[in-house]
Amino acid sequence: MSEILNDETKKVLTTPLVNDNPITLQVLGICSALAVTSQMSTSLIMALALTLVTAFSSAAISSIRNHIPSSIRIIVQMTIIASLVIVVDQILKAFAYEISKQLSVFVGLIITNCIVMGRAEAYAMKNPPLESFMDGIGNGLGYSLILIIVAFFRETLGSGKLLGFEIFPLTKDGGWYDPNGLMLLPPSAFFIIGLIIWSVRQWKPEQTEKADFKILSISHGEGGHH
Amino acid sequence: MLKCEQFKTYQDKICGKLDNCEHYQKFKVYRDKVLALGNDSLEKTIAIAVALCLVCAVLVSFSAVALKPLQVHNKELDMKKNILDVAGLLQEDSNIDAEFAERIEAKIVDLETGDYVEDMNVAEYDQRKAAKDPDLSVAIPKDKDIAHIRVKAKLAKVFLVKEGGAIKSIILPINGYGLWSTLYGFLSVDPDGQTVQSINFYDQAETPGLGGEVVNPNWRALWKGKKVYPETGTDMSEPALSLIKGVVDNTKAGSQYQVDGLAGATLTSTGVSNLVKYWMSKEGFASYLAKVRTVKGV
Repeated sequence: MSEILNDETKKVLTTPLVNDNPITLQVLGICSALAVTSQMSTSLIMALALTLVTAFSSAAISSIRNHIPSSIRIIVQMTIIASLVIVVDQILKAFAYEISKQLSVFVGLIITNCIVMGRAEAYAMKNPPLESFMDGIGNGLGYSLILIIVAFFRETLGSGKLLGFEIFPLTKDGGWYDPNGLMLLPPSAFFIIGLIIWSVRQWKPEQTEKADFKILSISHGEGGHH
Repeated sequence: MLKCEQFKTYQDKICGKLDNCEHYQKFKVYRDKVLALGNDSLEKTIAIAVALCLVCAVLVSFSAVALKPLQVHNKELDMKKNILDVAGLLQEDSNIDAEFAERIEAKIVDLETGDYVEDMNVAEYDQRKAAKDPDLSVAIPKDKDIAHIRVKAKLAKVFLVKEGGAIKSIILPINGYGLWSTLYGFLSVDPDGQTVQSINFYDQAETPGLGGEVVNPNWRALWKGKKVYPETGTDMSEPALSLIKGVVDNTKAGSQYQVDGLAGATLTSTGVSNLVKYWMSKEGFASYLAKVRTVKGV
């Protein structure tokens, strides 16, 4: 592997998983993370779709980065991203109709997912195609990781199932588990993502942002001129 | 390796042809000229925008056209699945195409007279398309348009489930406006044209979790056994069935005409109520159902 992947590609593949995760550190792509995570199957498809779109759009944008006029830079990026998203949507409608019905508008909304645009602007405009592709894959995987964790808790606690298979027998079917209805609603993903961010920052305290302002302590009475 | 070499010879052939082509050489010269321009020059901006749009348009249209047959097939399969579902015939491992062909019979009904139209190709008739065709549809007068659909097809496509020659259920296509979207679905009734078997919606875009709960199996199960028309009246064309706010009290008189409304989705509930009323009235299937009742087992 080490011959194929140089240090830079390795770095862009692995850092977005924990150290620079698009959801927990960059806090991007929250909207779809709330919307599609009530089931594992939709989350997996969404994660795959977003990873592919980010990777290919980054590669495409990076390969023409030296010729993109700066005045229409964002439009060029959007056109490439939107075309790829439409293609993904068409493919899902052809090969995974049920899931595309469940994902409904959220596949189309990958266009506006900040992770895709963010990587195009921040990385692909300055780096060669292969590295940009890997950066897209890496960030997609970081997003996928969080989606899978959130979906795991929401589907098991909310409907007692995982990927449609029964984990906890429900009381209404004669089992013992009374499902938590809140887990099926989008706000529960807020709580879970919040807990994930908290645990990651406990584990890696350097991720905690510095406060923009310091509250002055009155007893010293010397602040304001640092 | 053979494939690689084959590919290379093809590549060489194509490149050779391109190199010999006069237009391609001209294009190459022009392309290099444009690419050499400053990134912010007007010509390059326009050229890049046009080229990008062309490439993206080709990509998008290619995928749309190439995948169309599969998508159409999926849609048909989904429709058949919904019809089997509302007929109560859907099992998890059933072959949908085979089951549908075996158990379901499609018929075309003239809504005005309530008679079957026999001299038509049933499989090819699409009621939703016909509703958009001025020759095949009629405008609904404003005071009668409680389902807010403005036009309806003159002919409706109904589906019959038969068992041993007798009709077991009648599946009627229904549609109407909810809060955000037109809901399309099916209502299945007993051959008495009165008792509801099931309802489902296969195309809707109501708020997920609220109005979108029209697809929830638990809510749909509440419809079973409900009566469409008042049992005391002799005129079976004024439907009494409707959605109410809150939960139906089954001990009260008249509960057979009531279904629980959807919590937090008043407008969708009203829409569903109205569309059922509309399609079961004289404007919809009332004349047809009257004929089914008199001629048992049509």
